[in-house]
Amino acid sequence: MQQSGEYRISASRDSVWQALNDPDLLGECITGCQHVKKIDDEHFDVAVKAKIGPVSATFQAELELADLKPPESYVIRGNAKGGAAGFAKGHAAVRLAEDQGVTVLTYDVDANVGGKLAQVGNRLVEGATRKMADDFFTAFSKRLDPDAVATPSVEDARAGADQYENSGQWKIWAIAFGVLILAAVLAI
Amino acid sequence: MSEVVSQAESENQGIGAPVRRREDLRFITGDGRYTDDINQPGQLYAAFCRSPYPRVRIDNIDASEALALPGVVAVYTGQQLVDDGLGDLPCGWMVKSKDGTEMISAPHPPMAATVANYVGEPYALVLAETLQIAKQAAELVDTDFTELNAVVDLAHASGSENIYEGIENNLAYEWALGDEDATKMAFARAAHVTTLDLTNNRLIPNALEPRACLGMYERGTGDYTLYTTSQNPHLERLVLSAFVQIAPEHKLRIIAPDVGGGFGSKIFIYSEETSVIWAAGKIKRPIKWVADRSESFLADAHGRDHITRAELAMDEMGRFTGLRVKTTANLGAYLSTFGSSVPTYLYGTLLAGQYKTPNIYVEVQGTYTNTAPVDAYRGAGRPEATYVVERIVDQAARELGKDPADLRRMNMIQPEDFPYETPVALTYDTGNYEASLDKALEMIDYAGFEARQAEAAERGKRRGIGLACYIEACGLAPSKLAIQLGAGVGLYESGEIRMNPTGSVSVFTGSHSHGQGHETTFAQVVSDKLGVSYDDVEVIHGDTGRMEFGLGTYGSRSLAVGGSALMVAAEKVIEKGRKIAAHMMQAQVDQVDFENGQFTLQDSNQSVSIQEVAFAAYVPADYPEDLEPGLTEKAFYDPNNFTYPAGTHVAEVEVDLETGVVQLVDFVAVDDFGHIINPLIVDGQVHGGVAQGAGQALMEHGIYDEYGQLQTGSFMDYTMPRADDLPDFRVDTTVTPCTHNPLGVKGCGEAGAIGSPAAIMNAVTHALGNKDISMPATPEKVWRAIRGE
Repeated sequence: MQQSGEYRISASRDSVWQALNDPDLLGECITGCQHVKKIDDEHFDVAVKAKIGPVSATFQAELELADLKPPESYVIRGNAKGGAAGFAKGHAAVRLAEDQGVTVLTYDVDANVGGKLAQVGNRLVEGATRKMADDFFTAFSKRLDPDAVATPSVEDARAGADQYENSGQWKIWAIAFGVLILAAVLAI
Repeated sequence: MSEVVSQAESENQGIGAPVRRREDLRFITGDGRYTDDINQPGQLYAAFCRSPYPRVRIDNIDASEALALPGVVAVYTGQQLVDDGLGDLPCGWMVKSKDGTEMISAPHPPMAATVANYVGEPYALVLAETLQIAKQAAELVDTDFTELNAVVDLAHASGSENIYEGIENNLAYEWALGDEDATKMAFARAAHVTTLDLTNNRLIPNALEPRACLGMYERGTGDYTLYTTSQNPHLERLVLSAFVQIAPEHKLRIIAPDVGGGFGSKIFIYSEETSVIWAAGKIKRPIKWVADRSESFLADAHGRDHITRAELAMDEMGRFTGLRVKTTANLGAYLSTFGSSVPTYLYGTLLAGQYKTPNIYVEVQGTYTNTAPVDAYRGAGRPEATYVVERIVDQAARELGKDPADLRRMNMIQPEDFPYETPVALTYDTGNYEASLDKALEMIDYAGFEARQAEAAERGKRRGIGLACYIEACGLAPSKLAIQLGAGVGLYESGEIRMNPTGSVSVFTGSHSHGQGHETTFAQVVSDKLGVSYDDVEVIHGDTGRMEFGLGTYGSRSLAVGGSALMVAAEKVIEKGRKIAAHMMQAQVDQVDFENGQFTLQDSNQSVSIQEVAFAAYVPADYPEDLEPGLTEKAFYDPNNFTYPAGTHVAEVEVDLETGVVQLVDFVAVDDFGHIINPLIVDGQVHGGVAQGAGQALMEHGIYDEYGQLQTGSFMDYTMPRADDLPDFRVDTTVTPCTHNPLGVKGCGEAGAIGSPAAIMNAVTHALGNKDISMPATPEKVWRAIRGE
């Protein structure tokens, strides 16, 4: 399944890029992060303990970075396993753009989610993972600018709604975002 | 309780009486005894490790962490079952391809061993002292998989990578029935041809009680006992014994106590029950397993899932001259116990419907995919056939500008045509299809539809009406014929009647009740036939240790076949009783008549009751010398034809133009089930069936995503009909008795689910201005259709 989205962060693009490259900072911004382990410049192992809807597990993700173009864009390929809880794998393209002093982070995810995660209570999963994403960007933005609050852009909200109507897969994207992208963003 | 009994006692309780189901009292007061209510000292709890992938090689299973958890007793893998010599789970019906070759069964080990082929397929079994520990440990089993390409999309499965070596194009068989050339000729000469592409949506059964079992092994004797949620315990024993080789039949007892619904899904022999009874023998302790709802969604056999192109040829008058049907049927990853027969012999043979279509040809591609196995689900093949016939007839009527009722009527088989031999291998014994149609049209007020439509339009609703004139084949019939066609078992049923010394009656049937009300209906039949009180008759079923043999409950067969067996057994009881009575009255046997429980000497006022005869049979103080004591008789009844319930269902729907929501606002069912033993139970069966059919038409859809993950794995995403989704059904019957069984009955268990999807979808199509959409007619699909998308 594919999905795109966007967050507006009240900080300059360079500072967002730097922050995205600070594992300690990212680790503090994500609830349940157990570790970020750098294998080499392009490979990371990440463990996130998450409760997504009715499924709670520790997701072990192996991540690979590609097409790094600081401070504009990169691609993350990932494979996250949650044991009996299921798995997620896929890739995400992340881009940073400047817009009137604000950084716009956009992403395109193409991911495959399986096991219990795909099967059980997708609607609960949607809410849980969206909350994870919002929590992350809120914390992340606050680290960059204590007065700022990250918000999904209006376009993003509309795109999400359309996607939901078109395919019914919006919720699945949300899971992918939760277990793959958060971990991926964290690992930069 | 006393109120119910006294109400029952005050009324006639024989054949035809609307007796309340005696079993319901224990069900609604929580006193039912289901498998999960049964516990054994020292029992272990089982949890399964299931494949999260649709198609994988299982490289390594590391259970060390699971085994280290306190309370875990054992972890068994699918490979261990294979290594222990267990056989595959077999498919019970060998279907031949049109070129004469046998179908190709995919290897189906009792539990996945080296590969897993659908999401949720079990590959390891964890046993622990508590359920919680078992489930926790199952999550600790560390398994290395290698993912293989999964085949998920049914439409393109036959061109995809082969799932199994040696099964080309993922086809188990390419089956055909009917005269291809004659049908082609009919199309060449047709004045009009209607073509329709149809999808019959995948359904997930969702019985109220999930599958469960309790496996036990007796060290002293080597006897195995399996309590389980089965619709046919003797079949389960036969398969587990002869094919899987758990234990010889005489060392294996299967007990299916109260069972909370099956709809077909509890006919089949599954991995979980099989591995539990095997493991009980290994570990020598009782083992309990109860599926959670999530497991039921993943691993109960699903239903339907067809893609079909149908073509109907007609002459200038609109008379049907040919029907050509090509269906791709999803079998899932394995051939389930009867998975091969459902889209072939239970489907293609019904394509004549109620009509005199002279030429019919059907081809079915039985297709493997990496999804849960598909097998019989309420109606099993006949809803799919009815959906094809009744949708295309409606489409033809629209194209020809004819009234759908008139076009049907013009083509119907008439009462004088019976017995009627169809071009697809069946011979209908009797029926009066127009009678049901007329009654249904009158009940719905067909003539008044336009006024209702106009009134709905004023409220912003588009109202539509749809008909379905269905036929089904029940009481699956002559064993000899079925075995010739590939069935691996006979299709008879057994019944035994024991007159006890004090005159009460114990009735044993090989049929099984899991919501059908056998304990009531069969007691009515036997009490009526023997002239004893209904309350003196007890019906016992579901235990291979208590009844000799049986084939269980499926295909609306219980009364037509099992009830007939009891009629034959009762006749034998009466015949023996007549000999005893003749001796008691010092008369010749042929001078003794039997009626209403009394043996009467002709031309006299002398009589003895059947209870007195029973007492004499067990206390043979003065007894015929050439007669054995006792009054117990049994019978096996093998029908000489199917029964053919038929009827007309009419649905009216209203579509909300703003939201696309379809409301089923009226539903009339007029069914011909032959003679009716208990009209209350028949009504209940029809109501339940129609509700399930409405679910299929409007809500239910089992969906796998493109990667093979089940997207509808809970009630959050798989919509079931609720009471407030449904109107008050109006049901009635017409009666043409079955000509070949002693009760004249046909079967009523599935009809509701057979006629209703086509009727409702025809109504939706009508409401949408003849715009065809696929089942289920969800608000989204309807809304898009309204917007012209």
